[in-house]
Amino acid sequence: MKISSLATLDKWRDELRAAVKFDIKIMVCSGTSCISSESDLIFGLLKQKIDDHQLEHQIALVPTGCQRLCGQGPMITIEPGNITYFRVKVEDVEELFNEHILNGRVLYRLLYVDPKSGESIQDFAKMDFYRKQQRVALRNCGEIDPKSIDDYIRRDGYKALGNCISVLSPKEVVEIVKASGLRGRGGGGFPTGVKWEMTAKSRGNEKYLICNADEGDPGAFMDRSIIEGDPHSLVEAMTIAGYATGANSGIVYIRAEYASSIPPLKKAIEDAKANGFLGNNIFDSDFSFDISIKLGAGAFVCGEETALIHSMEGNRGEPTKKPPFPSESGFRGKPTTVNNVETLVNTPPIIINGAKWFRTFGTEKSPGTKVFALAGNIRNIGLVEVPMGTTFREVIFDIGGGHPLGKKIKAVQIGGPSGGVITEAFFDTPIEYDTLTKIGAMMGSGGMIVMDEDTDMVKIAKFYLEFTQDESCGKCTPCRIGTKRMFEILDRLVKMEGSPADLERLETLGKAIKTTSLCGLGQSAPNPVLSTMKYFREEYEGYAYRTKKIAYSINGEKCIGCTKCARVCPVQCIQGALRDVHFIDESKCIACGACYKACPVNAIVKP
Amino acid sequence: MKSDILDMSNLCKNKLSELDDYIASLEGNKQEQLIHVLHKAQGLFGYLPHNLQLYVARALDLPAAKVNGVVTFYSYFTEKPTGKNVICVCMGTACYVKGAQKVLDEVLKQTNSKKNDISPDGLFTVKEVRCIGACGLAPVMTVNDKVYGNVDEREIADIISKFKGGHNEN
Repeated sequence: MKISSLATLDKWRDELRAAVKFDIKIMVCSGTSCISSESDLIFGLLKQKIDDHQLEHQIALVPTGCQRLCGQGPMITIEPGNITYFRVKVEDVEELFNEHILNGRVLYRLLYVDPKSGESIQDFAKMDFYRKQQRVALRNCGEIDPKSIDDYIRRDGYKALGNCISVLSPKEVVEIVKASGLRGRGGGGFPTGVKWEMTAKSRGNEKYLICNADEGDPGAFMDRSIIEGDPHSLVEAMTIAGYATGANSGIVYIRAEYASSIPPLKKAIEDAKANGFLGNNIFDSDFSFDISIKLGAGAFVCGEETALIHSMEGNRGEPTKKPPFPSESGFRGKPTTVNNVETLVNTPPIIINGAKWFRTFGTEKSPGTKVFALAGNIRNIGLVEVPMGTTFREVIFDIGGGHPLGKKIKAVQIGGPSGGVITEAFFDTPIEYDTLTKIGAMMGSGGMIVMDEDTDMVKIAKFYLEFTQDESCGKCTPCRIGTKRMFEILDRLVKMEGSPADLERLETLGKAIKTTSLCGLGQSAPNPVLSTMKYFREEYEGYAYRTKKIAYSINGEKCIGCTKCARVCPVQCIQGALRDVHFIDESKCIACGACYKACPVNAIVKP
Repeated sequence: MKSDILDMSNLCKNKLSELDDYIASLEGNKQEQLIHVLHKAQGLFGYLPHNLQLYVARALDLPAAKVNGVVTFYSYFTEKPTGKNVICVCMGTACYVKGAQKVLDEVLKQTNSKKNDISPDGLFTVKEVRCIGACGLAPVMTVNDKVYGNVDEREIADIISKFKGGHNEN
């Protein structure tokens, strides 16, 4: 069926909403984390149960995208009542089905227990984790079947596209997005409407719209969750962007590692084509638009738009200097807009509800919401969408639930390998583009890693530098050689082979790399080092002056007194009689790790 | 050495013809789709030896140096053969702060192999990967396509032993 006007779309939506109503809806999370803990098997078992009891007309069983509290998966939400079960295992399915579906009783054993009050919570909306969130980009994620266009239409799908094409001119669409103040969610924070306007004003009939789905920041998975959980909203948003900028061809550049994201996206593109939302003369207008998929092959630098374009052309993904900007000369030398996934999916609700509505969320300079992937040493691991301007404290303690064991939280790393650390002194800072830059971090794509008091910040900085020096494309010298040298200095420090002069070297090098590198990767690569040096200088000095304790120790509760460690110790610093707890003389220990490897019961504790 | 690269006789004919079919099916500018062709070739052969790279270069009418430049640029492509089982230890930040380094060390110890190299018994290749998006389960490792979440270094010997000998699950 080809939808040719807003009226036919409205009619279709009304019909879908009026059609078969199920008594019960079971939503099984099929996000990456949950699938990895066998939610696909759970889905199969539930389906079998429903078939066995011939309840397929009363119960809708839906495999949804990410339901966001990934650390407590697999999750199953049942309507009515929004009752969510956590950590469901294959062996729980029988009891869950019998109790909840057949007997109509809540299975308390699998509910979420609030760590503060100790009470079980039935309705997930009442959980602290969800209560403070505000969903715009993730509006459908976890609630619809990503493979069903009907589900998307029911939730006002393609209405924004219809409005754009039937009612608004491309210029008006650009104006609305400009007025909304939407900024790029992929890192830089460039105003999206301005970007669209630049491409729209560029000369030429052939223009491109590229969706950057090369989510390379380790620890961020919001774009993946959107594509897998709500692919139609990306298709719709790209088509709107195509209309606004005058592009007829859209391309999704996606990581090859995201193999499971590609089938749902392909299905959404096919279904959109079959219903006339893609292809020629969309909504009976002169506008035609099509979407294709290009695979990346693993290169962090391809998040940079010029590098991404070179990769799409079949070349090494090396950046080139700007100007010319892609909006003038991009893919195949034609005017091109590059937007990230999360940025794009914000646009359909902006068109439907207006720029003013969007500005009710967030702050003056950073309107709207931002999705963060909250991970690390924190109780609630998962996807969090909050209005801009929310403080770190709210995200970490109210939504994230603090440290799982009650340890002190030392810092938060934001912005991935390009970002910086935020210390406790800044936990009350509102999260928005400009304040983050001011305190030496950046928004980045939204990875938020919480680190507790046990985390060694020098090793964290070394970890990030290892990443960036490995991912440096090698084109410009400061980034290629500079990051390598910085990594070597950090490696030397961690091995207790450095000197106080190394700290100065790190700072000088870091500043030089930041100011002289060609692209964003190099310009931001020293951030993790410079920001940890600023806030945790004493840890660096511990290594540089070699005052840090590096000795191994023995956990007396685990030690069985087998003497194996004492026998392998090359400096004979381990004492203890047979079958008695052993001790390490810390002043003699050279931290070679021989005892650690020899111990049969893991009683040796690394420094 | 040069003649080895030029010698394509040891490449499986059936796989090459499947690759030919794939290249023939591509629409538009074929050279622009080099990365897709390389994905297909690696999918078929498991890795991209030099003679296969040359084959692709000739099929797409590109210089071999350009193809090799692209292969070596992207971390997804490999020029070395892999073991029967591929173990990937996630070294994304979320996994790292939860002890992925210990997991990696233990995996290397248990498989008696070096990073990115095939193990002496030919059974394993151990790789670091950058984030597989399962941060909720950190630390995470995969063996072939199976994901193991919340990995404790003490469980690793058990996991690996399943793939040793004739008891290969997959």
